[in-house]
Amino acid sequence: MELKLHIDGENVTAQIDRPGESLLQTLRDRLGRTGSKNACEQGECGSCTVLLDGDPVCACLVPTAGCEGRDVKTVVGAVPKPVRDAFVACGAVQCGFCTPGLLVSVADLLAREDDPSDPQIREALAGNLCRCTGYEKIIDAVHHAAEASR
Amino acid sequence: MTALRAAGAVSTDRPIIFYRPTETADALRFLAERPEAVPVAGGTDLMVGVNYRHIRPEAMLDLTAIVELCTWTDEGTAIRIGSGVPYARIVAELATALPGLAAASRTVGSPQIRNRGTVGGNLATASPAGDAHPPLLATGANIEIAAPEGRRTVAIDDFFTGPKRSVLRPGEIITAVTVPKAAGPQQFLKVGTRNAMVISVCAFALALDLDRRTVGTGIGSAGPTPLRALPAEELELPWAAPAGLTDATVERFGDLVAAAARPIDDVRGTAAYRRHALAVCAARALRRTWRAAFEERSAEWN
Ligand SMILES: Cc1cc2nc3c(=O)[nH]c(=O)nc-3n(C[C@H](O)[C@H](O)[C@H](O)COP(=O)(O)OP(=O)(O)OC[C@H]3O[C@@H](n4cnc5c(N)ncnc54)[C@H](O)[C@@H]3O)c2cc1C
Ligand code: FES
Ligand code: FES
Repeated sequence: MELKLHIDGENVTAQIDRPGESLLQTLRDRLGRTGSKNACEQGECGSCTVLLDGDPVCACLVPTAGCEGRDVKTVVGAVPKPVRDAFVACGAVQCGFCTPGLLVSVADLLAREDDPSDPQIREALAGNLCRCTGYEKIIDAVHHAAEASR
Repeated sequence: MTALRAAGAVSTDRPIIFYRPTETADALRFLAERPEAVPVAGGTDLMVGVNYRHIRPEAMLDLTAIVELCTWTDEGTAIRIGSGVPYARIVAELATALPGLAAASRTVGSPQIRNRGTVGGNLATASPAGDAHPPLLATGANIEIAAPEGRRTVAIDDFFTGPKRSVLRPGEIITAVTVPKAAGPQQFLKVGTRNAMVISVCAFALALDLDRRTVGTGIGSAGPTPLRALPAEELELPWAAPAGLTDATVERFGDLVAAAARPIDDVRGTAAYRRHALAVCAARALRRTWRAAFEERSAEWN
């Protein structure tokens, strides 16, 4: 089956061969777009977070076959530079596995809230697990990114 | 078998069976023609099973483009919520009319899960731990089910038949849930190990109806199905002189809720802990709603 998707600003054609294939698998294994990470395939970790028609979702739980003509933004196309720079500057990246998903969630949060409080940040990032940083530096990075974007 | 798999691997352009209609009637026709097809709404239950190869759907029916399922309407005394309205929209759009369901929706998973997960999927899965169920029980919601031969409405009290079992039959689609608008304060309390992303150890919903002078209850994760606590609902409360609600009455209410539960020991908690936690949650919910109704007279619930 052939599908047309709009991914990170490009028109892309994907071939899939079973109805239950996830968008995460299509992005990574069929299209070589490995920005979105696979760390659980059960919606728990958020490392596969992408924007589907603007909303953050776990790509591992979306059947690709339902995405004909829809807009997908991964870490490559969803994240403004100040957000990426703040993560680096604040030490919010250690092993980096959670980072692409977190960046997408943060980009979504900052598009809605230009000066989020700590509780708002924790709520928005509740679906993104990080085993390295202890989260404090990630929260610092969100405040920095918010300031730099204003 | 090996040969078949190899053949599948080289040819990726063979047609696959995946249907995404915009009308319920087309969806029902498709299910009748292809009984093996699996419906999918948000995918937050189903796709976990697909990814882990617990199920391998030969054909799928995507419900997310069916216009009727993705909208809610104000029916006067109740809200009719399309089964495919995601939790995020219930939280954002229905918190005033349906505070209990909105509070429960707010505790589901994470933002990513709430953007996709639906009450229809929660009901169809019929897990005793489904967070939408207690507030639907507490408010006396009705489930609308579409079948090829027509539509029927099932009271939430009659919907669940066992763990992960319900009256929903193969070939049917849950189209909507009709929830009476709040006629008083409502509460949803959930016990879990974290403040996000947890399947509940136990949960409790309470809806005060100030017009009818009744209390509605719903218990989650403490029985083979979600349950109501009927003896607690029947407890005499001082409606005519609300200041006379005593600690003893509130505690009695909590004990009656705990006694109505039918919990088991499992990885998330023991039966004894669940009963204890339910008694605490129920007493707290009654106190909070009573205070909101009679002391603060807040505008929160209407
Ligand atoms: C990380 C994570 C966290 C979660 N946290 C919670 C939580 O806190 N609380 C909670 O209650 N649940 C939780 N869940 C479970 C899940 O999100 C909910 O049960 C959700 O309501 C399922 O809805 P869905 O639309 O995604 O269902 P789907 O996965 O699309 O479908 C589930 C099942 O229902 C069937 N189905 C779906 N819609 C219909 C319909 N309209 N008519 C007939 N059949 C239908 C499907 O065929 C499938 O068998 C969590 C899941 C994940 C992955
Ligand atoms: S890989 Fe999708 S949430 Fe973990
Ligand atoms: S930096 Fe390693 S998981 Fe977050």
